[in-house]
Amino acid sequence: MARIGVFTCWCGENVARHVDIEKVTETVAQMPGVRCSINYKYMCSDPGQAQIRDKIQSERLTGLVVASCSPHMHLKTFRKAAQTAGLNPYLVEMANIREHCSWVHHNREEATAKALDLIRMSVEKVKRDHELVPIRVPLTRRALVIGGGVAGIQAALDIADAGHEVALVEREPSIGGKMAGLSETFPTLDCSQCILTPRMVEVGQHPNIKLYTYSEVESVEGYVGNFKITIRQKARYVDMVKCTGCGDCWNSCPIKKNLSEFDCGMGFRKAIYIPFPQAVPARPVIDRLACTRLKRGTGCGLCEKKCQAKAINFADEDKLVVEQAGAVIVATGYKLYNIAKEQDNAQLSGYGEYGYGKYKDVIDALQFERLVSASGPTGGEIKRPSDGKIPQSVVFIKCVGSRDNAKGLAYCSKICCMYTAKHTMLYKHKTPGGEAHVFYMDIRAGGKAYDEFVRRAIEQDGAKYYRGRVSKITEENGKLIVRGADTLAGAPVTIEADMVVLAVAMRPADGVHALAQKLNVGYDEFGFLSESHPKLRPVETNAAGVFICGACHAPKDIPEAVAQASAAAGKTLVMFGREELTREPEIARINEQTCAACYTCVRGCPYTAIERAETLTPKGVHVKYTARVNEGLCMGCGTCVALCPSKSAELEGFTEQQIYSMVESLMT
Amino acid sequence: MNETNRFEPRIIAYVCNWCTYLGADLAGTNRLEYPANVRIIRFPCTGRIDFNLIVKAFEAGADAVLVSGCHPGDCHYTAGNYHARRRWMLFRQLLDTLGIDLNRIHFTWISAAEGRKWAQVVTGITEQTRQMGPYTAYREIARASA
Amino acid sequence: MTSAASIGYYPGCALHGSSNDYEASVRACLGALGVELCELNDWICCGATAAHSLNHNLAVALPARNLAIAERDGVRELLAPCPMCSMELIRGNRAMARDEKLRRKMSEIVELNIKGETKVLNLIQVFQGIGMDAIKAAVKYPLTEISAACYYGCLLTRPPEDLRFDDCEHPSSMETIIEALGGKTVEWNYKTECCGAGMTLANTDTVLELSHKILSNARAHGANCVVAACPMCHVNLDMKQGDVERRYGVRHGMMIYYLSDLTGLALGIDAHTLGIDRHFVVTK
Repeated sequence: MARIGVFTCWCGENVARHVDIEKVTETVAQMPGVRCSINYKYMCSDPGQAQIRDKIQSERLTGLVVASCSPHMHLKTFRKAAQTAGLNPYLVEMANIREHCSWVHHNREEATAKALDLIRMSVEKVKRDHELVPIRVPLTRRALVIGGGVAGIQAALDIADAGHEVALVEREPSIGGKMAGLSETFPTLDCSQCILTPRMVEVGQHPNIKLYTYSEVESVEGYVGNFKITIRQKARYVDMVKCTGCGDCWNSCPIKKNLSEFDCGMGFRKAIYIPFPQAVPARPVIDRLACTRLKRGTGCGLCEKKCQAKAINFADEDKLVVEQAGAVIVATGYKLYNIAKEQDNAQLSGYGEYGYGKYKDVIDALQFERLVSASGPTGGEIKRPSDGKIPQSVVFIKCVGSRDNAKGLAYCSKICCMYTAKHTMLYKHKTPGGEAHVFYMDIRAGGKAYDEFVRRAIEQDGAKYYRGRVSKITEENGKLIVRGADTLAGAPVTIEADMVVLAVAMRPADGVHALAQKLNVGYDEFGFLSESHPKLRPVETNAAGVFICGACHAPKDIPEAVAQASAAAGKTLVMFGREELTREPEIARINEQTCAACYTCVRGCPYTAIERAETLTPKGVHVKYTARVNEGLCMGCGTCVALCPSKSAELEGFTEQQIYSMVESLMT
Repeated sequence: MNETNRFEPRIIAYVCNWCTYLGADLAGTNRLEYPANVRIIRFPCTGRIDFNLIVKAFEAGADAVLVSGCHPGDCHYTAGNYHARRRWMLFRQLLDTLGIDLNRIHFTWISAAEGRKWAQVVTGITEQTRQMGPYTAYREIARASA
Repeated sequence: MTSAASIGYYPGCALHGSSNDYEASVRACLGALGVELCELNDWICCGATAAHSLNHNLAVALPARNLAIAERDGVRELLAPCPMCSMELIRGNRAMARDEKLRRKMSEIVELNIKGETKVLNLIQVFQGIGMDAIKAAVKYPLTEISAACYYGCLLTRPPEDLRFDDCEHPSSMETIIEALGGKTVEWNYKTECCGAGMTLANTDTVLELSHKILSNARAHGANCVVAACPMCHVNLDMKQGDVERRYGVRHGMMIYYLSDLTGLALGIDAHTLGIDRHFVVTK
């Protein structure tokens, strides 16, 4: 027999003004199964909770209904109170007679009637609640970080420094990401590599970090606390253990004219190469599409002959490695929008007006970084790509692709205002007498010392800023004719430039969608990964145990990416600091007696939380197949319940019987 | 109180916990008054809302049923509301065949920020249902077949 | 397209007036390629620049009526050789296809039910329909002396979201035709730049400046003629060329052909029939 206690709250005047509390208390006391019905001014206050605890014990209550505010406000409070008094916290229900009643219905009679209905429903529901215990999930205190740019490096080092093991997976032959290729950084103009390379070395030498470069995540199984990740280590053709990184191999390689990915196509590399001198690991890789030996199967082999350490292995193959991790941090970064005619997404279009990328001296921002960088293909001398001349006039165009619905990307790429200001400074410092012209839509320089930096570019270094778009670039006698508008002056502008630098939009890196699907992480219409809550859970995702940081989440600059990476590491460490993981037990269950193994639920489950299971006799003889919920993965949405044709799925806390009895209670 | 003979429809709202329930909470926080005819039953997600529940509501005597969840793309569970929408597309014909008046079933998206929309939707449905009168037809069928 | 194919023809104001030379060459060369033009009965103005800057309804209603009578008369393909006309007709068609309410409203205004079944073509698309092989086969005098700067002007490819014809900024469809006729084409920078269009009389200075740039750029890239497919462009580059030369003190002497002129010449039609002798700049 149910012994339900109903506790009606006045919420000061908030409920009491429009709901007749006395009448409610008396009427509720007569409801079947209600053992006690009391009211109090503030149920959530200490004395209020004390009354609840006393009644639970003195009346030996089997269920609790608190009629007060929204469960989003205080369900946790009252569950805790119940638990303290020895009642299972999942035998607590709330009737929302404030937000859904007294605050929106000011006719006292109607509001009182509705309050009674809401309490009646909750009483019927709580009678059918089950005792539940939070699900305990084992926890592997190891993290997997995907992406070895500055964000991934930061996250990996933070976790490793806290004493936990980290596996860091990077697709390229070296970690370092986009930041390793930058020249100087805003707003201090300190050298990017000087900041980053010591951190890279730390990663390479950290006893807690296992580095997988030239590797990608192949598949992900498991759930929070217990991920099993298969990593594909691409064939490198170089034995990482034997190799000493001496350089004899790449110095001897005759295949020279391969565009360097690290130099954004502005320079060349060999077929066997390290991407840049400070690469971590400082071990080369053979480009199988460029290497004569690998293409033909015979011949050349110069690197093999030169290698004293016998580290070259032309027979190398991709390897699959399995890693266990309790948390995953995604830090896959960005790529730049390309103005070419062919786009990877039908929503996007290129910039025919800027020549679709066919003019050699129209380059993008990362290419300019390589031109300015002391480690770049020109040794830091700004020489234009077509003829190597030093450009005397450079036009910088902002918002190329960004903030332009006609081109398909509506968002602001956020960092371009700052790096364009930096570009004009670097250019002006290196080219006395050179002219820097900037076309902009708005200058967005929010950030510590950011606006001052832009002002410096304009006022001290003399960059000329025009508020307006460039409508067309044409090539004429070795000059780029840039025609645009100066909307502040109200006049068209034509500039004969030697080089044009496009501040093109930031887009999420290639392959991030496939990865997101493997991890069950959502992404927005532009492909950026979705955080769990834009304000309060900025590094969590809706997949428990998967965190995001850096530009895979949205365009952001280095300090922001680093801060977010540390936040993701922090969240991971919070998780690792717990004794064990627990999860809400209001999840789905399959009645294996009635399950017909049609697996409609398996296909419909958004979390791949339902598995195909086999029932065996104790002797191991097959009895039947059924579906079974994986408690670690189920998030309790209940989709399977509605899908199941044989009514074998139920959702704890929202069972069919509970809902039916609630509906029926209304209509008596 | 109302004029003595005015019909007060009974409306059951099946809503999801993360969007529409919070939208209704917001209507409360903003003190947006609306008719007291609706009774909310909270689910984690509209994906859980089986169509039996709609039939059940009418059987028990509801005059209208509202199903409301997160906007497409905003589901807390990624895709539950898409399931609900697809189910609605498929089942409306079936419900029609069963003899259920589809004008009494309402399907909307109301986000946690749309307190005003919640108040408007409930007001609209209440008015509409009041004009349609009590849903005795289905109740009688249900009673006869019971 | 079979020989003796027939398509609808919407001349618009220009081809019946100041640019009747264009009409002459369009009719002559399409006739020689076996395409008969059936002029729409009772066509009216397309709206041009005036309608859409004054009244949204009018800007759709005018093309709507032309499309409606084309449909009424069973015209499936309608050639509008003036790009202004073809753009307005296509835009009207698309607006009605997008918005059922608008379609019904327009049907009411023009008192004919518009279904949107007529496909509007510019001159280049008609040539594409005939096919490059058929055109090549019909050439009698390959254009070996021709080094053409193909000039699309502002309207043939714009607005791209409505016209969906060729590449908006870097079109190449006219080049393909000239090359099929045995001519050469040059890569140049002013293919889709504005000539000043309807400003010929209202703002002559602008027209002269823009036309001068176009002509200079064509010459600088080695063109010996400019090929246009727009009556307005032809007026500004051909009729105003003398003024351009006087204003800038240069000698351009650049022949401005219609696409149909060069096609006609290659097919062996004489310059008089094609109306070339009515151009202002004449062959040396």
